[in-house]
Amino acid sequence: MAGTEIDVKYVAHLARISLSPAEEQKIGAQLGNILGYIEKLKELDVSQVEPTAHAVPLINVTRPDEIRPSLPTDEALRNAPAKANGLFLVPKIVE
Amino acid sequence: MEYEAVIGLETHVQLKTKSKMWCGCANEFGAPPNTNVCPVCLGMPGVLPVANDEGLRLTVLTGYLLHCTIPRFAKFDRKNYFYPDAPKNYQVTQYDKPSTANGYLDFEFNGGMSRVRITRAHLEEDVGKNFHFDRNSGVDFNRAGVPLLEIVSEPDITSPDMAYAYLNALKDVLVYGGVSDCDMEKGMVRCDVNISVRPKGQKELGAKIEIKNMNSFSGARKALEYEIPRQIEVLTKGGKLSQETRRWDDVANITETMRSKEQAHDYRYFPEPDLMPFEPTEAWLEEVSKRVVELPLARKQRFMVDYELPAPDAETFVNDVPLGDYFEKAVASAKNRKAIANWVINNLRAKITETQIPLAEVKVKPNDIPELVALVDNGKISSKIAQDVFAEMFTSGDSPAQIVEKKGLAQVSDTGAIEKLCDEAIAANPKSVEDYKAGKVAALNSLKGQVMKLSKGKANPALVGEILEKKLKA
Amino acid sequence: MLNQLTISELTGKLAKKESSAREAIQACLDQIQKVDGQIHAFLSYDAADALAQADAADKALASGATHSQQPLLGVPIAIKDVLAVKNHPLNCASKILGKFISPYDGTVIEKLKAAGAIVFGRLNMDEFAMGSSTENSAFGPTHNPWDIARIPGGSSGGSAAAVAADECIATLGTDTGGSIRQPAALCGCVGLKPTYGRVSRYGLVAFASSLDQIGPFTKDVRDSATLLEVMSGVDHRDSTSVPQPVPRYHSALTGDIKGLKIGLPKEYMIGGLDPQVNAAVQAAVQQLQKLGAEVVEISLPHTDYAVATYYIVATAEASANLARFDGIRYGARVDGKDPIELYSNTRGAGFGPEVKRRIILGTYVLSSGYYDAYYLRAQKVRTLIRQDFLKAFEKVDAIVTPTTPTAAFKIGEKSDDPLQMYLSDIFTISCNLAGICGLSLPCGFTTNPKLPIGLQLLGKPFGEETILKIAHAYEQSTNWHKERPLLKI
Repeated sequence: MAGTEIDVKYVAHLARISLSPAEEQKIGAQLGNILGYIEKLKELDVSQVEPTAHAVPLINVTRPDEIRPSLPTDEALRNAPAKANGLFLVPKIVE
Repeated sequence: MEYEAVIGLETHVQLKTKSKMWCGCANEFGAPPNTNVCPVCLGMPGVLPVANDEGLRLTVLTGYLLHCTIPRFAKFDRKNYFYPDAPKNYQVTQYDKPSTANGYLDFEFNGGMSRVRITRAHLEEDVGKNFHFDRNSGVDFNRAGVPLLEIVSEPDITSPDMAYAYLNALKDVLVYGGVSDCDMEKGMVRCDVNISVRPKGQKELGAKIEIKNMNSFSGARKALEYEIPRQIEVLTKGGKLSQETRRWDDVANITETMRSKEQAHDYRYFPEPDLMPFEPTEAWLEEVSKRVVELPLARKQRFMVDYELPAPDAETFVNDVPLGDYFEKAVASAKNRKAIANWVINNLRAKITETQIPLAEVKVKPNDIPELVALVDNGKISSKIAQDVFAEMFTSGDSPAQIVEKKGLAQVSDTGAIEKLCDEAIAANPKSVEDYKAGKVAALNSLKGQVMKLSKGKANPALVGEILEKKLKA
Repeated sequence: MLNQLTISELTGKLAKKESSAREAIQACLDQIQKVDGQIHAFLSYDAADALAQADAADKALASGATHSQQPLLGVPIAIKDVLAVKNHPLNCASKILGKFISPYDGTVIEKLKAAGAIVFGRLNMDEFAMGSSTENSAFGPTHNPWDIARIPGGSSGGSAAAVAADECIATLGTDTGGSIRQPAALCGCVGLKPTYGRVSRYGLVAFASSLDQIGPFTKDVRDSATLLEVMSGVDHRDSTSVPQPVPRYHSALTGDIKGLKIGLPKEYMIGGLDPQVNAAVQAAVQQLQKLGAEVVEISLPHTDYAVATYYIVATAEASANLARFDGIRYGARVDGKDPIELYSNTRGAGFGPEVKRRIILGTYVLSSGYYDAYYLRAQKVRTLIRQDFLKAFEKVDAIVTPTTPTAAFKIGEKSDDPLQMYLSDIFTISCNLAGICGLSLPCGFTTNPKLPIGLQLLGKPFGEETILKIAHAYEQSTNWHKERPLLKI
């Protein structure tokens, strides 16, 4: 199947996934293969077709503006890899 | 060469809801960090959003206030980017099908009226708040998921002062309309600026530069005051500007290139599969439209045109809406509108301030004011007595006619009665009579005062003068 | 042995006080002790917690609680590791979640608990439900109880294997492109994927939000109806759940399918279909005719485009759904000098190869310049696929197909060729794209080795009653569902 070139390095950066050069190469080849297969969708004329974003046709699903209990702070932070003074800690953010 | 600036603003405003946009956590400023959080707004695995109906209503209400069209189909999308304050690493936002579009905002500027077109006001969610320490940063997600409206203007703004006037006018509309408290101190309003410069007369726009991190309207003005000359200088020196995002440093008062932002924005928008589209019904829209209030500028203009009030009076009734509404009830059937405005502004408002009684509990009924004015205008009471009558109206709630009647405050215009009093005064003050006859005209005033005193202030002063003169000349 | 019973058999015994819930869960725990070393259906379980729940159920039974009030009272049910159970681990068979403990119960778990079930155990799966073999688990594969050299199917491989090996009475799994029906077929149990919106997704860690549904794995069709009834219903925490009344599914199990019209799609008779699978399905179709159903050939013309459509829609949604696993608020963090480096390190180390592959594919198809060519086009083809089914359902009450083209393959056989793996989902994927319901039940075995074969029934949106009725009638006329694998102990 025709391989489609894909800039794995750029896409992996967008997705924030570090890849080894070996992984990059392997994934690039596999995805090229898959994208080649996906090309078959171009056989269909879809110019007059509406896209489907949801499998069920529901609209206007809302909730009333009411306050419900929040988590206790220690529960909220229970799974945090790094925390202090009620905050989730991260490496320094540079703006 | 002369240059001109082309400015568009993106203003983010927190909506005034009780709970957050997708979950029931409180939309509340100032709580201890990470106390208004739950699995949903922390982006825990497996959670789902459900739209707060009031968030949608306030969005459409804003659309009405800004003269937007309200599309019959709106949807939410995911905007993908990684940032520590974004709990899901995507923001739910209305991308290509917003709830409102194509409006405008009129405002007073430079002694005239200006109009800035509104591209759209779309609903999205706020992110958490970052705190920066020496060696790391900390994130509080209390703010994450608070409903946020992004109001995007067309590039119709031409100067820093105009940007400032637009922002203040927009804030007035949103506060007045009950959409947002717009408390700058609490971060409820934030704005980003898009600015480019071009030689005057040139059609094509220059490179668009975005400035972020202004936390006040004056900050936005200052950033523009810095940025416009900077861009012009680059161009006049033969340099080139390219599209970038800059950050306003409000300590150094300069803009600088942002370091952390992606080289290219690739937000990978796609329809949010966890939320269904929104198709407002006629009934729903009507319900929202009932919440539309008159905007400050329109109100001011209406008061000036309909009631022929001077601008300061009209502004008083814009800034104090209940007082203005009271005035409108009082003025409904009256002729002397300015006099009614004076009573409401000078007397009623003063009494309210003095007694701390809220307007809603004030006993003076709006139609008592025109009655009082008519009593003065028809010569029934003097304006001095009118002050006393008003004081009594405020305490007892009785109508002015009732008070005048009960207390016998009506002006005496009965010539017979006045003649009697005049004779008394002439008899008691031979010296004044002599002075008058000797040509001292002022002596008449003294006699007049005596008559008024004898009548306990109720005699018609004009009539007293007339009769005294007649008698003395006889 | 209590662990071998169905829900209806066990609740019968519990109601008559012939057995206790404690004995039932103990029998399951004993079986896990005996066989799970070779099966590896469970990632973990908390025996003390399960026994405490059983004791509570026994107490309730003793004080007069009945199964008409609480249909699952005292019934042990194990859970796929993708569903949130409060105070229990939630890993999605991934390293990236570290020691995550769920702070909340998903809606389905709340419903099971309210119905009296003993909710226990974390069942193995393909990492983040991405896979068809359970080989993509970060904690090692699950083995098929019928042949431990083979895969149990996936992604809910642990859920299917646990039922097949009698380690549990019933289990929950999730289905995004066949992840319930395919492992049910390969392990010889009954697996049901409800209509999209039938069961709340709140508490299901999303792989592809517009395709995911939670469903039951059971030993017979009646149990499937029992669990579906407990799990179904609109949920104010899931905007995509549908306010459709929940029928009494049991009432549909009449055994009478006379006059029902069943469609046989001609596009499903593909080249790669194993002759033994084909023969079993043909025999099943004849059996359905014998039972009075009318079988007609139908056409689903866009079948051939389903796999391509699925891998665009599912991976695009997944690329956003899995962005939250970043090592900031929870999970196994691998530090970096700044947040960007932290993300890349954490996600590079935490995700396995298949998850990385799909996130990158999904990111790519949404990225600037490619959206229209891939994502938008796929959404449009999805419309055509959905229309195929809605048109077919104007003529027939249900559709019958093989669940899989072949029986269980060997562990490692396809793991280096993702496209071949994806293509084996050909019969199950369209159902999720169309949002309809589907069920797989045993319809025979291959010989040499003896491996289960699954029959798939597809139903209209909210047509679960019809496919349960057909499945039940078929099941009652055969003995396939009573067969058990011979496990070496």
